[in-house]
Amino acid sequence: MSDFMEQFATLRDQKRFQDVVNAIPYARLMGVELGEDESGDLLFSLPFHERNVGNTVLPALHGGLIGGFLENAAMIHLIWNRESLDTPKIVDFSLDYLRSGRPKTLYARCEITKQGKRVAHVLIEAWQEDRSKPVAVARAHFLLATTS
Amino acid sequence: MIATPVNPKVFEPMGQLFVSLPHCAALGFQYLGADGRKPVLKVDWREELVGNPATGVVHGGIITSLVDTTSAVAVTAHLERVETIATLDLRIDYLKAATPGKAIYCRAECYRLASQVAFTRAVCYHDNPDDPIAHGVATFMRESSPLPMLQEPQA
Repeated sequence: MSDFMEQFATLRDQKRFQDVVNAIPYARLMGVELGEDESGDLLFSLPFHERNVGNTVLPALHGGLIGGFLENAAMIHLIWNRESLDTPKIVDFSLDYLRSGRPKTLYARCEITKQGKRVAHVLIEAWQEDRSKPVAVARAHFLLATTS
Repeated sequence: MIATPVNPKVFEPMGQLFVSLPHCAALGFQYLGADGRKPVLKVDWREELVGNPATGVVHGGIITSLVDTTSAVAVTAHLERVETIATLDLRIDYLKAATPGKAIYCRAECYRLASQVAFTRAVCYHDNPDDPIAHGVATFMRESSPLPMLQEPQA
């Protein structure tokens, strides 16, 4: 367990959502915002920022940025919903792009599909104005028992 | 034998264009050139790219953006003329943690260009592509938009 994970647990228990995001430098750089939806699940949002663009002609959000946003969401969601203060380690990440990301707020929600002794499987979905029209769906595997 | 780009007038400007896109510029991506049809990009370690503040290891999202961008450039090595492409899917295997403080390089290749879809693979590494920290495979849709990403270079 690291100081960071102890800090994360404290912030979680106090429901200081934005402080959790701001503790992760790349999440802060992207401009990620964190809160709860009406059912109490974590809701990640990414307001539009010019620096997140990957196609200036359309314009569209950078595909790698969408990946980073979803991967970051999966990691925070997993730590938030676990008892353990071990840092999960990402093993692999697979992402399907369904629509281009318009210059608008991007949202993401995660679901822990399975949490075993050693591995967790997390599904992530991203959308913009209409939840039924996802921009991307992804899944990640995490190793749970690690030393770092 | 190292295959040369189909059209350097497409490949070179597209390499420069992709690293100049706002998000790539925000992350500090650099286009170092190509080994035949395999472009190489580099990103220097910076505090604001960190994903785990306890260790200083770069966020996985940086690897994702680096693989996506380098793979897109790799597709353009096979194109006769400029066209807009869009990532269809992407998978990253994190083989080992990146070392804090060290630059990360990515080398990608397009190993199959079909009429509508391009298939790529990429490795990220510090010192040696044979000792990778991450491996990525992706597919791209060709001609994803009628709007060109770049004006056709004059012949």
